[in-house]
Amino acid sequence: MPAVDVIQPWPWYVAGPLIGLFVPALLLIGNRMFGISGNLRHVCAAVLPSRAAFFQYDWRRVGGWNLAFAIGILLGGVLVGFTIPSGAEIALSPAARESIGALGIRDFSGMVPGELFSWSSLLTVRGLVMMVGGGVLVGFGTAYAGGCTSGHAIAGLADFQLPSLVAVIGFFAGGLFGTWVLLPLLLRGSF
Amino acid sequence: MRQGRNAAARTAVGVAERPAAGVTGAKAAGDGPRSENTHAAGELRRTDTGAGLLIYLALGTLFGVVLMKAQVVSWFRIQEMFRFQSFHMYGVIGAAVATAAIALQLLRRTGLRATNGQPITIPPKEMGRGTRYWLGGTIFGLGWALVGACPGPLLALLGSGLGVFAVIITSAVAGTWAYGALRPRLPH
Repeated sequence: MPAVDVIQPWPWYVAGPLIGLFVPALLLIGNRMFGISGNLRHVCAAVLPSRAAFFQYDWRRVGGWNLAFAIGILLGGVLVGFTIPSGAEIALSPAARESIGALGIRDFSGMVPGELFSWSSLLTVRGLVMMVGGGVLVGFGTAYAGGCTSGHAIAGLADFQLPSLVAVIGFFAGGLFGTWVLLPLLLRGSF
Repeated sequence: MRQGRNAAARTAVGVAERPAAGVTGAKAAGDGPRSENTHAAGELRRTDTGAGLLIYLALGTLFGVVLMKAQVVSWFRIQEMFRFQSFHMYGVIGAAVATAAIALQLLRRTGLRATNGQPITIPPKEMGRGTRYWLGGTIFGLGWALVGACPGPLLALLGSGLGVFAVIITSAVAGTWAYGALRPRLPH
């Protein structure tokens, strides 16, 4: 078997504090509260027609900074994307590799399994449910809950906001159900 | 308008020196349903333009690099997390929360102001009946497990060359749009 590049992540004690520092940085620079999912709403307010009151606000003033931040995240992805050798695998724990393998995943290269996240996979029921269905759930859920992992799990918890704790418990409840029940059904089933 | 009424922004420095809370509250009451996503302080501000936006673009780029380098954008890592098979994700999130919490305490105690001179404000989230938090959170969690990424990582993955993630992001925008349309009929 040819040797495969295995990429180690930045350790949690480096990456975690770096991520946490975005909360005070954004407050100090412009009194902005760290969060990403608001951008989905800003995009709706900016480009999609709707009479819903939820989208009637000045998105440039409220969300301009947030959209710039989001474009930045995309650029960050571009920069790091170039440095990842093709075919490289991330350093997963052996247990995770085994469990994911048991779901039928064979290709561990890249950040996401190419067998599930590809254009051709979009043409299958499984791919459609995972990508379009999953995407809709992410957008609907974050808007309903008023935040995602950044706004609730990081900024909200750091500010000891009880609603954020409730939301994060929800994130995990949904995530566990999705991982242990939905995904095995989707991936092992005959879709 | 349960949320709308109490839109008062709590100031990080303890005492509200400007009638910020009053202004925001009044505006919210007139505007109908206010959502937490529109940061109260943001409503008092002018539109960022040009150079003002560049700093956020730069910060976002840095954030994207960290997300990629820490591999928290990876579907594999999210699976590993939800299966309790590695400490990595818990370490990242836990350390991020701890760092941010300490930083917020320092901001409160030092009374530092934002670079524009405003007192730093963090709008409290309204609990209400809490339905939106547990139900919305659970719905998001389901999506998180399926696509293996939350909104920030979705953008980073698209940037890293995974074009099909444009479909996921578009679907997420559609999901938010659907929420906006259904909002008046949903329990919060």
